[in-house]
Amino acid sequence: MEKFDKLTGVAAPLNMINVDTDMIIPKQFLKTIKRSGLGKHLFDEMRYDDDGKEQPDFVLNKPQYRDAKILVCGDNFGCGSSREHAPWAIADFGIRCVIAPSFADIFYNNCFKNGILPIALPQDQIDLLMDDAERGANAIIEIDLENQTIKGPDGGTLSFEIDAARKQALLEGLDEIGVTLEAEKNITEFEKNRASAQPWL
Amino acid sequence: MSLRTLYDKIWDAHIVSEQEGGTTILYIDRHLVHEVTSPQAFEGLRLAGRKVRHPERTLAVPDHNVPTTDRSAGISDPESKLQIDTLLDNCATFGVEIYPMEDIRQGIVHVTGPEQGFTLPGATIVCGDSHTSTHGAFGSLAFGIGTSEVEHVLATQTLISQRSKNMRVRVDGELPHGVTAKDMALAIIGKIGTAGGTGYVIEYAGEAVEALTMEGRMTLCNMTIEAGARAGLVAPDQKTFDYLMGRPKAPKAGAWEMAVSEWSKLSSDDGAHFDHEIVLKAQDIAPLITWGTSPEQVLPITSAVPDPSAIDDAGKKEAAERALAYMGLTPGTPLTEVPVDKVFIGSCTNGRIEDLRAAAAVTKDQKVAAHVNAIVVPGSGLVKEQAEAEGLDKIFLEAGFEWREPGCSMCLAMNADKLAPGERCASTSNRNFEGRQGKGGRTHLMSPAMAVAAAISGHLADVRDYQVRD
Repeated sequence: MEKFDKLTGVAAPLNMINVDTDMIIPKQFLKTIKRSGLGKHLFDEMRYDDDGKEQPDFVLNKPQYRDAKILVCGDNFGCGSSREHAPWAIADFGIRCVIAPSFADIFYNNCFKNGILPIALPQDQIDLLMDDAERGANAIIEIDLENQTIKGPDGGTLSFEIDAARKQALLEGLDEIGVTLEAEKNITEFEKNRASAQPWL
Repeated sequence: MSLRTLYDKIWDAHIVSEQEGGTTILYIDRHLVHEVTSPQAFEGLRLAGRKVRHPERTLAVPDHNVPTTDRSAGISDPESKLQIDTLLDNCATFGVEIYPMEDIRQGIVHVTGPEQGFTLPGATIVCGDSHTSTHGAFGSLAFGIGTSEVEHVLATQTLISQRSKNMRVRVDGELPHGVTAKDMALAIIGKIGTAGGTGYVIEYAGEAVEALTMEGRMTLCNMTIEAGARAGLVAPDQKTFDYLMGRPKAPKAGAWEMAVSEWSKLSSDDGAHFDHEIVLKAQDIAPLITWGTSPEQVLPITSAVPDPSAIDDAGKKEAAERALAYMGLTPGTPLTEVPVDKVFIGSCTNGRIEDLRAAAAVTKDQKVAAHVNAIVVPGSGLVKEQAEAEGLDKIFLEAGFEWREPGCSMCLAMNADKLAPGERCASTSNRNFEGRQGKGGRTHLMSPAMAVAAAISGHLADVRDYQVRD
């Protein structure tokens, strides 16, 4: 997995609540058997019209946000299905950090598996960042995972919370399966106990 | 030992190891796999030279992409075909059991698992699908995971996870006539919102929950994810054991008695702490219908389309305005005056035999309105077979419904079953998101009996105005 330590870039404002995974990546793009190439379909139904032409008023189509690396969003971002195609599409577009008042659980988990940092902040701080994001390229935001800070364009700094284990995994770009397999003897022992106590499982 | 909830007990029994800070390696007993969220996981195993640790704890079935019309010529969509062929190849390579499209046991993964007795009380069950919460009806801890986690479970039979908080939703009393498990689920989501359960596992309790059949409990637990909670639970009881006894993958004689004795211990201790508790009165729940593009945008069928200007919360007001524009609805219009174009009966929420029986009971001797296209998609081949044995297919066909082959179908419209832009659907599925049933399609969620009432009348309708025949 790609490491995440620091990120500097433009933040795109998507001021909507309950942005669901069907919006992030509609079902017709889930037929792929690959992880790559989904960025062009990110937010497909809001981003393109019926003829596949860009909708000029959608945020990621505006010139100042086409290279956005951060997304600032409304409450309950990523609700709905478990499709990891959602973070794959976000990462493939080039966005590595999503900031919202809250996230749906499965989406939140999926971000960490793909080198994306999801940051949950209180609504008043989101409002500040949303204002910064509205300024487009005139407002560069800096994310520092090690120190858990977000530095705004006017020098103000916000801090954020993150689980220590998840932070470490992102900072190191860990292969989680490899890490778990280091504990294989614990798994085997668990299975042995299980087989005698609950043989039907 | 301190008093524990049902969730705590199942969690504790599956801890392989726990780190400081609560990050846990959690053992997974059962893994369900389908074609959409697994190809990249198997590819990951292949690239790393890893095996499936326990193929016998893994069960695969194609459901999202399968055609629900005549299958004799195979799958015409080349992408869907590739995805399903890839699943078949991967299962053959890694030794995983699969019910292919031609198998009578093929169906929606959350219908097939319980049907086969693969779903068991006290077990941890995962699948790369958010509606895995369905299996919580058996008192198993069941939740949806992403594809990277699918790969992790395939390789290690464990997940790295963190304990959720406990919520209890109690529904007291008896559901009124015409009100189903689906209405109960929608009522709960309407009350707590689609993020109300975020960070929690919900245990459902109370007389009205206990009174539900196993299939009703599955409908209720299925919709838990729409309230933001990853898992829903109902403590197993005699109904659970009766449902499971004799199923192909359930424990056999000898082990069965031992299992039931263990399963009987699976309930929350009296006085166990819940971080949050909600109480609903069953008698207050009416047949419900969603009017917007989020399952929390729900009202009794007797209501009118709401007026966003009456909503105080700025975010919710804006969401309601956007939803009404998308849904093509005007505030103040009685919901029963909203015409429908399509009706979909099926999905992992409402595609089981009891759902089809409830739908058929309202359909009998009636006709689908001339302008409505209505389809019934059984949840599995075995549900279809059972329905046909009971003559339900004839009731539907005579009324003008189409009778289809099993799959996810129009719930998420990955196959050919979808809405055209602007088309309005009375649907027994679980999500009314923008574009969910087809780009520009408009979805109203409801129970199977309510969907039939809409099919017959040609508009959203109150099932209590219709005769139900046995």
